[in-house]
Amino acid sequence: MSISGFLSQLLAIIVALVLAPLLMGWVNQWRAWLQNRTAPGLLQPYRMLNKLFHKESIVAETASPIFRLAPYIVFGCMVLACAIIPTLSTDLPMSPAADAIALVGLFAVARVFISLAAMDIGTAFGSLGARREMLIGFLAEPALLAILFNASLISNSTALTSIVEYLAHKEFAIYPSLAFAGIAFTMVSFAENARVPVDNPATHLELTMIHEALILEYSGRHLALIEWAVALKLFAYSCIGLALFFPWGIAEAEAPVVLIFALPALVLKLAVGGFLLALIETLSAKMRIFRVPEFLATAFLLAVIGMLVHFLLGA
Amino acid sequence: MNALYFVFGIPLLGGLVLALVGHRSYARDLNVAFSTGSFIAACFLSVQVIDHGPMFAMDKQFLIDPLNVFLVSLTAFVGMTTAIFSRPYMRVEEDHGKMTPSRMRLYHSMYQFFAVTMLVALTTNNLGTLWVTMEAATLTTVLLVSVYRTPASLEAAWKYFILCGVGLAQALFGTILLYMAADRVIPEGVDALLWSNLNVVKGQLNPTIMSVAFVFLLLGYGTKVGLVPVHNWLPDAHAEGPTPISAVLSGLLLNVALYAVLRFKVLTDGALQSNFAGNLLIGFGLLSVVAAAFFLSRQKDVKRMFAYSSIEHMGLMTFAFGLGGPVANFAGLLHMTLHSLIKSAIFFSVGHATQKAGSQIMDDIRGLMKVSPTVGWGLMLGTLAILGMPPFGVFASEFLILTTAMRDLPWATPFLLLALGVAFASIFSRVQPMVFGDTVLKPLEHPPALLPVFVHLALGLMLGLYIPPYLNAWYLQAALLIGGQ
Amino acid sequence: MNALIPQLINLFAAVILILAFAMLSQRRILNLIHLYTWQGLAVVGSTTVVAYVTDQHHLYYSAALTMALKVILIPWMLHRLINRLNVRWDIETLVNIPTLMIVGIALVVFAFNVALPISRFSETVAHGTLGIALACVLLSFLMMITRAKAVPQVIGFLAMENALFLAATSATYGMPMVVELGIALDVLVGILIMGVFMFQIREQFDSLDISHLEKLKED
Repeated sequence: MSISGFLSQLLAIIVALVLAPLLMGWVNQWRAWLQNRTAPGLLQPYRMLNKLFHKESIVAETASPIFRLAPYIVFGCMVLACAIIPTLSTDLPMSPAADAIALVGLFAVARVFISLAAMDIGTAFGSLGARREMLIGFLAEPALLAILFNASLISNSTALTSIVEYLAHKEFAIYPSLAFAGIAFTMVSFAENARVPVDNPATHLELTMIHEALILEYSGRHLALIEWAVALKLFAYSCIGLALFFPWGIAEAEAPVVLIFALPALVLKLAVGGFLLALIETLSAKMRIFRVPEFLATAFLLAVIGMLVHFLLGA
Repeated sequence: MNALYFVFGIPLLGGLVLALVGHRSYARDLNVAFSTGSFIAACFLSVQVIDHGPMFAMDKQFLIDPLNVFLVSLTAFVGMTTAIFSRPYMRVEEDHGKMTPSRMRLYHSMYQFFAVTMLVALTTNNLGTLWVTMEAATLTTVLLVSVYRTPASLEAAWKYFILCGVGLAQALFGTILLYMAADRVIPEGVDALLWSNLNVVKGQLNPTIMSVAFVFLLLGYGTKVGLVPVHNWLPDAHAEGPTPISAVLSGLLLNVALYAVLRFKVLTDGALQSNFAGNLLIGFGLLSVVAAAFFLSRQKDVKRMFAYSSIEHMGLMTFAFGLGGPVANFAGLLHMTLHSLIKSAIFFSVGHATQKAGSQIMDDIRGLMKVSPTVGWGLMLGTLAILGMPPFGVFASEFLILTTAMRDLPWATPFLLLALGVAFASIFSRVQPMVFGDTVLKPLEHPPALLPVFVHLALGLMLGLYIPPYLNAWYLQAALLIGGQ
Repeated sequence: MNALIPQLINLFAAVILILAFAMLSQRRILNLIHLYTWQGLAVVGSTTVVAYVTDQHHLYYSAALTMALKVILIPWMLHRLINRLNVRWDIETLVNIPTLMIVGIALVVFAFNVALPISRFSETVAHGTLGIALACVLLSFLMMITRAKAVPQVIGFLAMENALFLAATSATYGMPMVVELGIALDVLVGILIMGVFMFQIREQFDSLDISHLEKLKED
């Protein structure tokens, strides 16, 4: 492992850990502004994490070790995911450990554990949330895979670093299949990150909530880890989207100096992305839970059409 | 001056004039006059083509050869006789309150425009124009079918528009593919959509593109021919529109669509050097004959029944052209002529009969022989003729088709015979009580125009006994043309 | 940068395909008209790019004609129509959109398979889009047969015409101008007739639901 590779890997993880809550705060701030509310400060997520880490963590009497373990596993999965997604540089020593398919698997592991933990206590809300979460997951994962395959087809590789290297540094070309994949990816990200058309992150109304129902029983540092993991997941998805569809500015293995420009580029892209996310969330209404399968099936089909288009136009 | 311009110029003028005065009482006569003018011009055109051979007009945009000149005169002739028939028929409809003056104006004007679209479709050399005029023919007939504004007629017209619109979209796609194939072999500056230019280079057209193009073209124009399974619009449009329109739809429009298919078949055969197009035609034709025969046995509405009979006969012609070869092509063309003449004659008689009975349901029509012997005899003879009884001409053409089928495609003959038998039994058993049964109906207030019926039947009879030598030569030339020579 | 311009054609074709799928699953009549307008605009874009790349002047005219007809005139007529028919906010109950989409995908696969051997023989810059055009034709057809209301059926018909136009541009740089004018005229007259028809249908059936039109069928 070269020293520059180690450094850029370390940098990627640190940037993810630091920027993720910031991105969350940025999105929440814009959401508030767009809805004519007074916005919480940009640093509000950090304050909340800080507060939660200092609080006592209360665990139900009936909880099994899974319940205690789940936050660490989820957090670990998300950190690992952020480590293998090329955010600043494609020179990531950890990325051979997991390709695009394994990335989807990582998200799945996190999902399974959080759902198990939610059911572990035996409350009604937990089971309800777990069921909904699995429903969404089982539809979103194939869609996400199909989207990543679109990019893989273009670059002939499933490794995220090679995909980004190919897309960012080969001669610029328009790939119509990526247009399909882009729309599908937007739809999947909304579902996976429990954003508005699918779920409302700001609600505790039992009839509509999905994600909040899962973590209702957590408190203290457990909740802090999970909230951080949620922020990391949003960050990871944003970075996948940026890496696949707007890959410019990510440094190559041979050019570590570009890293200096990569960070501002990333922040700028995330800022725009976060604003758009808040805008879409404000403009759209939450759909009924029974519409969600339709929504995700559409995303999956769009990704499949993208692949078909690639075969036709590329041939 | 080329007679061609008068052939469709006169009805075009007629359409414009009748759009202004079509509601007046003399509009009926004007309608006849314009159609007659067009027919006379068509006669002159035929003489010109017989004397001087195939010719072009308007910078090659129009092509008159033995194949289409015969259809032009047939179209103009049936157009004229139908106009004569529609004079008293539509007058009765007006008296019954089914037609208002404004609807009469629409009817007359669209009748002439419809004739224009068919005549241009037949004579054009440009395959793009062919598509445009076929679509225009759909639009004019949609208006004609819906002219009564009853729920049923609106439904029929809507179905007709949607199905034929979709069908013609496929045909346009086929035309685009054909143009694409042509673009590769026809030099720059030469119009690659002209049939005559394509015919010269048909051997070099790309076979893959041509076969796909032909499938789309057959599906597209086949919808207008009424081939099963894309026939659903046809019975509705025939049953719910005014009877003169049923007559021209069956007698003429279906022919024009089949003519378009034949033009493309010539090109496809030339490009593929195989019987691919022919086999497709055989398949669709056979399916249409058999399916229509069984459908028609279940009809209660007389116009629907004869509409299915039209599908059956169009299927038979398609089958014949699919077999190919001079004899089958000859028989197909002869059958086309006879079907036009006799089916329109049947619709004329049926029109008068339904007006007398006030219903299109066959159980309500009884004893035509007592009310009006001429209508009764017209219907009876027409039915016998279309069912292929000798000495009418249909017997001759069906005989030729069947014997060719027996020689080239023995397995298909039992199906054809079965279908013809079913059709015979069901049509005859329905028509017989309609003509001979008892009735209490009174005669009509306006005397029916039976001249067209008997002229058509007489021609059908004549063609069964004796085909005049020039007509025979004409058919032979056209048959060779379809054979690609 | 010049190498990018032909790729724009593919992008436009992909957009047209996305819009065809969007129309297939769209329930609101108003949104359908918007989607149709966008599709028309994408067709104009693709035609203009083809015209620019190949320097075919008559394609500029057909792009202008398409713009006038399919982006301005027909959508305007449709808006007027739905206002006067008072169906502006109508929502159609579509059964099972995922199934519809899967059928749509199957049609796309079929179209691509048909088009692939053909488009190999074409030398035009846009030959790859022939399959997309055929797919759009079939998708519009699917849309027409799954709709129960009159206005969406007509929009499906118009979308089919858009797709055919795309096919003509991609396969052969467009049909001759005379033919294109004829087709445009047919479409225009067709939509006028359909508009009149819808009023009559509503008068007779008190509804624009085509499923009421079921008297004529085989017993």
